[in-house]
Amino acid sequence: MTARNRQPVMATDEFIKGLWRENPVFVQVLGMCPVLAVSNTALNALAMGLATTFVMLMSNLLVSTLRNFIPKQVRIATYILIIATFVTIVDYAIEAISLDLHKSLGAFISLIVVNCLILGRAEAFASKNRVGHAVLDALGMGIGFTLALLCLGGVREVLGDGALFGVALFPDAFEPWIVMILPSGGFFTLAGWLLVINFIKQRKEANAAGAQEITG
Amino acid sequence: MNEQSLWSIFVNAALVNNFVLAYFLGICPFLGVSAKIATATRMGGAVMFVMLVSSMCAYAIHHVLIAIGVPFLELIAFIAVIASTVQLVEMFIKKISPVLFRALGIFLPLITTNCAILGLALFQTNKGYGFLQAIVYALGAGIGFTLALVLMAGIREKLELATMPDVVTSTASAIIVAGILSLTFMGFAGLGA
Repeated sequence: MTARNRQPVMATDEFIKGLWRENPVFVQVLGMCPVLAVSNTALNALAMGLATTFVMLMSNLLVSTLRNFIPKQVRIATYILIIATFVTIVDYAIEAISLDLHKSLGAFISLIVVNCLILGRAEAFASKNRVGHAVLDALGMGIGFTLALLCLGGVREVLGDGALFGVALFPDAFEPWIVMILPSGGFFTLAGWLLVINFIKQRKEANAAGAQEITG
Repeated sequence: MNEQSLWSIFVNAALVNNFVLAYFLGICPFLGVSAKIATATRMGGAVMFVMLVSSMCAYAIHHVLIAIGVPFLELIAFIAVIASTVQLVEMFIKKISPVLFRALGIFLPLITTNCAILGLALFQTNKGYGFLQAIVYALGAGIGFTLALVLMAGIREKLELATMPDVVTSTASAIIVAGILSLTFMGFAGLGA
């Protein structure tokens, strides 16, 4: 990761890597707490994803702009303060926009502060790269994070509630799987997605190895 | 002021609404440090201590900030206090027991970004707990965290010996185990009400 940053990288690549190759949830397994806790419905998942993306975007922007002024010894504390400021803004903004949403997300909006993903991007990327790249990186990671949250939230809402974004999908005879809404459902869904992604990756690798044998 | 009895707060925090398995707080160390029972126990101890100290501080900060009329600074103040508490614990452990310090390694400074600790500070403020209630809540949450961590480590030590299909990586298997543990903890529902 750090070695690659030294070379000039295509700007679009900074954006795209967060979507799949270095997806924060499925590949790096970072920021698990909000992923599991607020993915019980697709709407909550979307709101959480967007809030996290905004905080990550702003903190990457600020950290990257100030990277030559922040003393090395207190950099982590500075990053956390920057992140906490933007989280407070998001918290008050969500409360003003929709009180219901604010209630259902609860303390997890404030807990974006300790999302290791955001601090990780500030430390590993924004503090070493130019502003433009840092912004693209934050956008890519944020959208990757939101997509992953939607994958979990969608599955959990469809199975646990028989609906998607509050719209019922099945006839009344459908018996919802209550367990998917409960905490353990979060763990099971995440594990299921990880298995699917591992399966795809391994098959891809096996195919590539097979192709190499034929050509070589 | 919240009127809940101390015992019910304790049982709720430790078992019924276990921080890790019901609220999903502190998942990172839960998956990261749960490979060996010995490290898991020590990590639990360190987290419990930081929880106790930061819970007391959070109680004081909340009342000071309300008194001077700047409640929007709460989040920033909480995280700053937690970070300095962790620093303090780190220096303390380094002085008292260098062996333990090396065993915990990188996970000690990472307690700062352990959401269980900030979550505890936020929840106790939201619920309006008094000073004694806050301490009992922190103690219960700490014991619940340690319990979940040690149970998980025990299962994972045994699981090391099992053969599993190629697709099941250690992260995926750990998350499945966590799901099953979370199901069993649901059995405590209704206790201490």
